[in-house]
This record gives sequence, C-alpha cells and structure tokens, in this order.
Amino acid sequence: MGTHLFSIAMAVALLPLVGALIAGLFGKKMGRTATHRMTIMLVGSAFVLSCYLFAEIVLLGHPTVEGVLYNWVTSGTFQFDVSILLDRLSATMLFIVSFISFMVHIYTVGYMKEDPGYERFFSYVSLFTFAMLILVLANNFLLLFFGWEGVGLVSYLLIGFWFKRESAVEGSLKAFIANRVGDVGFVLAIAAVLTYFNSLDYPTVFSHVTLLVGKTMPLFPGLHVSVITMICVLLFIGAMAKSAQIPLHIWLPESMEGPTPISALIHAATMVTAGIYMVARMSPLFEYSPVALSLVLILGATTCLLMGFLAVMQQDIKRVIAYSTISQLGYMAVALGASAYDTAIFHLITHAFFKALLFLAAGSVIIALHHEQDMRKMGGLAPYMPITYLTFAIGALALAAIPPFSGFYSKDAIIEAVHLSKTPGAHYAYLCVLVGAFVTPLYIFRALFLTFHGQKRYPDKVNESPWVMLIPLIALAIPSMIAGGILITPMLFSTPSMLGASIFILPQHVVSTALATDFQGAKLMALHATQTLNFWLALAGIITAWLFNLGRPQWAELLKKRFSWLYQIFIVKYGFDAFNQVVLVEGSRRLGNFFYKVSDLIMIDGVFVNGSGKLIRLFARMGRRIQTGYLYHYALAMLLGLAICLGWFIGF
Amino acid sequence: MVALSNFLILAAILFGVGIAGILINRKNIIVLLMSIELMLLAVNTNFIAFSYFLGNNTGQLFVFFILTVAAAEAAIGLAIMMVLFRKSGTIEVDKLDALKG
Amino acid sequence: MTAVQVIFYLFSLVAILSSVFVVASPNPVRGALSLVLTFFAMSGIWLLLQAEFLALILVLVYVGAVMTLFLFVVMMLRVNVMSLRAGLVRYLPFAILLSLLIIGMMVIVVGPKQFGLTHLPLPPALAKDYNNLADLGNMLYTNYAYPFEIAAVLLLTAIIAAISLTHRKPHKRKIQNITKQIAVKRADRVKLVCMPSAKKINLVNKPSGAEQ
Repeated sequence: MGTHLFSIAMAVALLPLVGALIAGLFGKKMGRTATHRMTIMLVGSAFVLSCYLFAEIVLLGHPTVEGVLYNWVTSGTFQFDVSILLDRLSATMLFIVSFISFMVHIYTVGYMKEDPGYERFFSYVSLFTFAMLILVLANNFLLLFFGWEGVGLVSYLLIGFWFKRESAVEGSLKAFIANRVGDVGFVLAIAAVLTYFNSLDYPTVFSHVTLLVGKTMPLFPGLHVSVITMICVLLFIGAMAKSAQIPLHIWLPESMEGPTPISALIHAATMVTAGIYMVARMSPLFEYSPVALSLVLILGATTCLLMGFLAVMQQDIKRVIAYSTISQLGYMAVALGASAYDTAIFHLITHAFFKALLFLAAGSVIIALHHEQDMRKMGGLAPYMPITYLTFAIGALALAAIPPFSGFYSKDAIIEAVHLSKTPGAHYAYLCVLVGAFVTPLYIFRALFLTFHGQKRYPDKVNESPWVMLIPLIALAIPSMIAGGILITPMLFSTPSMLGASIFILPQHVVSTALATDFQGAKLMALHATQTLNFWLALAGIITAWLFNLGRPQWAELLKKRFSWLYQIFIVKYGFDAFNQVVLVEGSRRLGNFFYKVSDLIMIDGVFVNGSGKLIRLFARMGRRIQTGYLYHYALAMLLGLAICLGWFIGF
Repeated sequence: MVALSNFLILAAILFGVGIAGILINRKNIIVLLMSIELMLLAVNTNFIAFSYFLGNNTGQLFVFFILTVAAAEAAIGLAIMMVLFRKSGTIEVDKLDALKG
Repeated sequence: MTAVQVIFYLFSLVAILSSVFVVASPNPVRGALSLVLTFFAMSGIWLLLQAEFLALILVLVYVGAVMTLFLFVVMMLRVNVMSLRAGLVRYLPFAILLSLLIIGMMVIVVGPKQFGLTHLPLPPALAKDYNNLADLGNMLYTNYAYPFEIAAVLLLTAIIAAISLTHRKPHKRKIQNITKQIAVKRADRVKLVCMPSAKKINLVNKPSGAEQ
C-alpha cells in the first residue's frame, strides 16, 4: 500500500516535468492546440492523483509514506537520496499546488492566445509546477534545495517571459538576485545542518533536535550563538527571499512584469508559499529557537503592515494585488512566528484560492482592455464583464476577511493566535495585524471600485472574456467562498488535526487549545463575527475605500496634500529600492571600481602581467646586446670560457 | 730523447695559433675553417703522444675517428659556405650577422 | 742532441711557422698551401711517435682530399684578396694576448713538471715484427666495429648533405610529367576563337588534327 502511494506521489511530481519537456522540445512541432491539450491533461492527471493522495493520507488517515527513488550521491558517511516524504502537510500542499496549477493551465489557453511564445509558456508553467511539487515532496534538505532553486530559476524565466521588454528583463533579474541573497542563507543553513546533524534527512534531523538544545557555536570570536537559532535564522533568510518578507520583498512587485497567469501561480500557490511551507516543515527546529520565532513574527508583522500601506497607493491593478500578496505573506509569517503553523498553512490554502482568483480576474480585465493595467483608465466595467466582476468581488471579500468567505476564518484565526501568543514581539505583531485588517479591505476594495464602479474611462468597447478563462475563475471562486468554513474545524480544532504530526509544537507554545475554547463551529464563528474587532475594522476599511474613491474623492486629495510627506514615503516605497540602488548597487560598483583600479589595473595588469612582460623585455634587451651575430664574438666567448676554466684548473 | 711534454707543448702552441686565427680573422670564413683544422690537429697530436707514451693504441684509434668526423665536418662546412656565398654573395665574417638579436 | 731530437725540433719549427703563416697570410690560397705544409710537418712528428698509419692517413686524406677541397672552394669563390686583411692589425694584439695566455696556461698544465721524462719515461722499443696497421685493424674490426660502422654512416651522411646542399637543379630538364598529361582537359589545350568570316579562307590543304 505504501509503495503504491509512493509511486503515485512520484507520478504527481513527474507528470508536469514530462509535460514541460515535451512542450519545450516538441511544442513548435506539435502546434498550439496539441501542446496545451497535452500539458493540461498531464497537470490535470497530476491533480486527480494528488486528490487521491489527499483523500488517502489526510481524509482516510493513511500513515506517512517515505520512499527512496534512487541514491544520488554517496560521499563518505554522507548519503544523499532522492527521497520523498508524503505526510499530511505535503499531501495538502500537493493538492493545492496541483489544483492552482491546473486552473492556471486552463486559464492560460485564453490569456496567452495571441502570444508567439505560447508553447514555451506552457513548458515553463509545467516546469514550475514540477519544481514546486518536488520542493513539497522532498524528504531531505538537498532535494528541498533542488526544488527551491528550480522554482527560482523558472520564476526568472517566467517573469522575463516577454524578454523583449526591458522592464521584464530587469524584473526577472531583480527577482533572481534577491532570491540568490536568500539562497546564501539557505545554503549556509543546509551546511550548518549537515555539520551538526551529519545528515540532511528530515526524520534524522528532526529526531535529533533535542540533542542540540543549548549548544552554541562561535559566530565571531567572543560571540557565541545557539546552533538551532543560527540554523533557523539562516533558513528564514532563505524563506524571506522566497516569501518576500522585508527587506527582500523588492522582487515581488517587479514580478508583475510576467504574464498574469504566472503572477497568479507565483503568488498563489507555488513560489512565494515555498518559504512559508519550509518554515512550517521545519517546525521541529523553529520550536526550539524562540529568537528565530520572534524574528519571524516581527518581520512578518512589519511586512504585513508596511506592504499593505503601499498597496493602497498603487495605480497598477496587478501591483495592488502583488503588494497585497506580500502583506498576506506577512500574515502567514506572523502565524508561523506565533507557533501557529497550522494556521499559517490554513491561511496559505485559503489565500491560494482567493489570490489566484483575484489575479486571474485581474488578468481577465487586462485582456479585455488589451493589456491596460492602470486602474485610473478602467472604471465602470461591472456591467460589461459581470462574471469577472462577480468573481473579483468574491476574491476581494475573501481577502478582506468578510464572513463567511474563506479569508475570514484563516485571518481571524491568525489574529487570535497572535493575540494569545507569548512569543516576544507578539503585542507589536498583534497591533500590526489589526491595522492590517483595516488596510487590506481598503486597498482591495479601492481596486474593485476603481476598476468596476464609477465612470467608464476606457474608450473602446469592452467584452467579457472567453469561457476558457471564466471557468477557472468560477472554479476558484467556489473554494474562495467556502473553503475557510469547511477547513477550519479539521485544520485547527480537531484531534488529530488535518496536518497531524507533520507539525510539531512545543506544549508551552500551543495556542490552538486556547482558541478552541472559544470555538463552537464554523457557522457560529461567522455569525458571531460582529462581536470581533477585526470584522468592524474590515468593514471600516471597505467604507473608507468607498468614500475615498467613489463617495468623496476630494477627501483623498485633501489627505494627500495634508500628509504629503507620508505620501512621498509611500510613493518611494519606504526607500528600499533607493537604498538598494544607492548603497548596494553603487557601493558594490564603487567597490568593484576600486578593486578594478587597484588590484586589477595596478596589481595584476601593472605588476604581474605587464610587469613580468617588462622584466622579460628588459632581460631580452640586455640579452640581445650579447647576441651580435658575429661568429668571432661567439668564438671569443668560448675561448674566454676555456681560459677561465684553465685558470681555474691551474689555480686549484 | 724527446719527452712527452715537448709533444704536448708543441700541440698547445698549434692550438694557440688556431685560437689567434679565429680571433684575428674578420674577412674570410675559409681561414676560420682552416684554423679549426689546426686546432684539431693539435688535439690529435696530443692523443697520439699519449698513446705512444702509455703504450696503448686506443688513442690512435680515437684519432682515426676524429679524422673521420673532421673530414665530414670540413665537407659539410664548405658546402654550407658555398650556399651562404650564393645566398648572400659574401663570406666576410664581418658581414654575416643574421643571428643578431 | 740526438737525431730524434733534431728531427723533432726541425719539424716542430716548420709546423709552427707554417701554421702562423696560415693564420697571418693575406691570401687564402697561400694560407691553404701552408696548412698543407703544417700537415706534412705534423705527420713527420706523428711518425716519430710511431703512428705510421695515421701519419700516412693524414697526408693522404687531409693533404690529398680535404685541403684540395679547400683550395677548390677558395678559388671558386673569387674573394677579393685586398679587402681580406683590413682590420687585422686592430685585433692582433688582443688575439695574441689571449692565445699566449691560453698557451701559457696549457704549458703550465702539460709542461715538463707533469709530463717530463722523469715522470713518464720512454716506452720500451717495439718488437721487430710489430705492425701498426695490423694492430689498429685488429682493434677496429673487433672491439670498435660498431663505431667504425657509425663513422661510415656519418661519412655517407656528410656526402649526401654536402651534395644536396650545393646541388643546383638543372633549369631546362626535359622530363614528362605523366600525371599532368593525364589530368589535362580540353579547355587547357583547345581555344575556340570567334573570327569574322568576311574573308574566304581555303581550309582544304590543312591536315586534320594539326590545330593542336
């Protein structure tokens, strides 16, 4: 039975790879229709299989499956296998990833209809799915890293998909570089794990964590840090880059340069959630490091709030949703930091549904307006695109945490978890997420109002998108509405919970039991929402959005003038880009220039290359004086030598 | 009776004359070759003198081979000189400086 | 002074003087001829040392062959005799100094102190039926057979080298190049010329196939 599930899990991961290879190598020969039929069929079957796995593992409670596909490297005592771990967490993630990917595949047929790189795009998307599935299924750090890098690479390819656009190329480079920064931390973390555990397999590492508690390692001379904290902080640096936490969030808005389906895939299910998933997977490590948890909590809260503000200021519909993604990832990080890993995964799931929905709906608008993304040129589109409007509104309500939409349950659980958490920094985080609960509806409803309500500002005729794009929207809208209510009980409050033993929480960190005392079921929770602060905050956000954008737009102008300094800060995005540009880019350029001038021009070129050349020329110039070419000079040299030898012989 | 040293001194003088010939001669490469022949002759004389005084005929055999090599050397040297003369039109040692660095 | 000493000093004197003349003579022909004289004198010295075979070889090979070759070359090259001596005086003192130095040092090394009669007496007289030629031949064809062969090969190489170096290809050799003949094409030989046919030409008398 186990091996049977193992084969299915491998098939889930490898089917998209097969699709990617075929589409990439033979796509042009097969033609568009055959390519999309083939990849969609393969990803669809991966989705069906992962549904089966989800049912077996999560619903029917099949025990965890571990399996070795083959032995990749054996080096000394270290053995590295391509092995997979199929437990409740990875089965759930498989389900989400393959579902969103399946939807995106279908949607792409409509969205990329006129694009010349049609087959290439399908190949990339399938490859992306494969990398993420491997990342999810990995049973050791190295395979996780393989998937991690695969996701990073394909995201680079996809963000730069329209490689003739300069901004796309820059965006892809930015994403790649920011991710590399995180990867340094991640690789160092893997190295530390290998050093201290002498193994990279999850089960081995997790079962030996307790041995390392209290052990320290020298970071600088005189400064010792806890090994587990070091590992966790380094891991989180990797997660920071992937999951776009401050200060490595800068690449995510730029990733909007890619086609919309891929924005949806990156933001909803695959790339950015990798960091959250990884931290959740590493919960046995993080649990023993309060410092790392605190760091996660504080950074997540800061990201959540600051990026929410930025989302309010954006004019590009995709960028609003992109900043919203960062903000929501901040929520997940907060949940992680509060040791509520299952809550984080819960929010990850609901977020995957409604964020994919929002992106695809936005993409539908963008296609209808012929690649117009500026919201100031939209407006009043609701009557022309009713289904898109409806689905976008559902996504917005879910994001704004209005009951009984899915976002409400997960976000409310996070806010409550932070409220109850005792991790240092929890109060600050609670404040941040509360303000975030107000800001989130503000920006998403601003986008909704600007796009679909008010005056129609787009000059041409607008048509509803084709059904091939609308079906995924509807398919995503349904779970966006109901997933939260269905999942909250099994995810958080049943024993064993949906994620079961995949998540490890120290007893003193557990918050869900405290939550459970208030919890009486999903329906009641929705009904009693009016008694919670978050609900009123969300409602206030929606009303504010209505006021500033439709009701009294002049108020917004007034505020903008009154608080122009604040507005400026938002416009420059807190100066992260400027800081990077001035300090990192210019600094490294100056440093490079310095080394170029001193060590390259003077030392290497001057002393070593030209210097040795000149030395040889000097000797050669002296040497060629000796070489007169006259026979008697050579003879004279020989005879002088003879005379000297004779003299020497006589002398001794 | 004539001692070995007398023969050796004679050979040394011939050798010295050969050296002087090489150094003096700046115009004719043939004289250079002849000077080399003189030096070889001196060396051969040494061999024969030692061979006689030590009662060992191997020295004479050595001279035999040296004569062979010297003959070959003279033949090739003169041939090279002929080619040289054809190419450059001169055999003046002063003007042959193609090897100048 | 015994007869042997007289002969030795006489030949030595001739050899030294003639060798000096070889070096100092303004005319290379005369130089070559005085080198012949030096060889003769030295072959006399070698006879004193009872190396009859080599003494004869020296006369036969060197005087008869090598020096003749030298003379040939000297005469063939038609060198301007007058210009040959320019600069002689300039380098003379230095050359004499250096050669005297080397001679002096050699004399110190090989002089009577090391190799006088007291140190190395005369060898016993050889047997009446001693045959230098037979003795050398015995050694040459037994112990030194391989060096002898190699010397022969060396001479052969020298012959080939000398010939190939100086050999000039005849300019007007009449040899047929068969491959070229076979590879020839019609276009190489036949050329059709378009001529105005204004005049009437009588072609009847021409033999067919002679245009080639």
